[in-house]
Amino acid sequence: MATHLKPVYDSASYRLSAVSELKELGRYRYLLGQLIRRDILTRYKRSVLGVAWTMLNPLGTMLILTFVFSNFFKSNVLHYPVYILSGLLVWNFFAQGTNASISGLVWGGSLLKRIYIPSSVFGVSAIGTALVNLVLSLIPLVIVMLVDGAPFYLSMLFLPISILLLTAFTLGFGLFISSLAVFFPDVAEMYQVLLTAWMYLTPIIYPESLISAKWMPVYKINPMYWMVKMFRLPIFEGRIPSWQEFLPASAWAAGMLVVGWLYFTSRTEEYAYRV
Amino acid sequence: MLTVSDVIEEKSGLPVSQPMIQLENVSVDYRLPSERIGTFKEYAIRKLQRKIRINKFSALKGVNLQINKGEVFGLIGNNGAGKSTMLKVISKVLKPTAGRVVIYGKIAPLLELGAGFHPELSGRENVFLNGALLGYSRSEMEAVFDDIVEFSELRQFIDSPVRAYSSGMFARLGFAVATAHMPEILILDEILSVGDESFQRKCNLRMKEFQQSGATVLMVSHALDSLEGMCNRVAWIDHGIIQRTGKPQEVIEAYRGGNL
Repeated sequence: MATHLKPVYDSASYRLSAVSELKELGRYRYLLGQLIRRDILTRYKRSVLGVAWTMLNPLGTMLILTFVFSNFFKSNVLHYPVYILSGLLVWNFFAQGTNASISGLVWGGSLLKRIYIPSSVFGVSAIGTALVNLVLSLIPLVIVMLVDGAPFYLSMLFLPISILLLTAFTLGFGLFISSLAVFFPDVAEMYQVLLTAWMYLTPIIYPESLISAKWMPVYKINPMYWMVKMFRLPIFEGRIPSWQEFLPASAWAAGMLVVGWLYFTSRTEEYAYRV
Repeated sequence: MLTVSDVIEEKSGLPVSQPMIQLENVSVDYRLPSERIGTFKEYAIRKLQRKIRINKFSALKGVNLQINKGEVFGLIGNNGAGKSTMLKVISKVLKPTAGRVVIYGKIAPLLELGAGFHPELSGRENVFLNGALLGYSRSEMEAVFDDIVEFSELRQFIDSPVRAYSSGMFARLGFAVATAHMPEILILDEILSVGDESFQRKCNLRMKEFQQSGATVLMVSHALDSLEGMCNRVAWIDHGIIQRTGKPQEVIEAYRGGNL
């Protein structure tokens, strides 16, 4: 062909699928970084202590919970502040990440109507922001462990794997719920109630030993039970998870990520019409 | 593979116009639910009763159009005629319901000036954020950063938060970011009416520069007079159908006549 350029875009051969969305996300990785940066910088921009709030926030919640509940559980749990904080970090990451996925897609929707952006960029950047916050909040955890005189175990080196599993699960769930919220706006409200119930059904503020044996099988259906365990065992009990504990957690993580991604990308063509 | 135009070109030695945007029988249907269904319960009940009524609204009906390299092409029509839908189909935002869209170059869509700016971030930070939204990389943005500051005349304020900017400053920065890279195809949706007169002149000058260096410009506007001055060709679209394509003066006259 003499002068003719190759088509850059041809709607007839252009399919939005799970794989091509991944490629597009790679192409827009700079935007991913910019969105994470924006969310972290702007969240505390007008407060005096700034990003320090990321660490002070769970610390404050932990102090209140310790104050309120330590009389109940003191005999059961040694180093209760460490117990509570390690669970709270996991839960905050999940709640924050999935909520930000929903609001991110709704906010991004106004842009998706005007310019082309791969729509998964909003959900992925939401989890990226939550991940930065999670890593930052490991600092207060270490401080609390030092103050409380809790031992530091070698098993804590397992934590990067725990974080990986939690991230995969949260990303998958965030993509799923945000896609649902686009089509049913009530989902966003309903999800807040669900989150509260879910938190109380997960052993975060109360020790696992309080759960009666009768209810244990029910608890084990809860994926967040396994995610919290992946953090508690290395930090608190000083051992890495056994295979029986590791397999359910990784199955949930991988399964949710795949389901969430497929569900989200199967509907990307509709977001510009619907959001 | 040789096409007919290649053969003609080889024989005559004259350059044949290179298409940049091709629409073949493009239709877009919006499906609007006749009532808003916001909850699962309603959805489930109606689905069972088969009562989800959907109104089909055709924004484009079998549009055929070719825009060639170097053209400044204007699109006119009443509100709701399908102009914006056409831009969306071309810029990959919407997939056509039927027909085919082929694009032969990199497109720079112009965001409504400043959409995507974050008020708490500084001008500098917003330049990079906005550039990323338009699909540019860090190095691409760093290369044009000084030009952007220069063009927007905001050097003094570039590190102040954007919430302190006037709407004119906002628009200037937005335009500067969107046009910092010379695209092969530039899409402008009703933006010529922003900013004061001196800035508008500056915008028009930049458009001319683009055109002279071979970029293709597609613009939508209600400012018919300025469109007439800038475009090589204009199409009038009404109810999703192209009524007429041709010389700006003729098409605009026909459009005005059709609206009387």
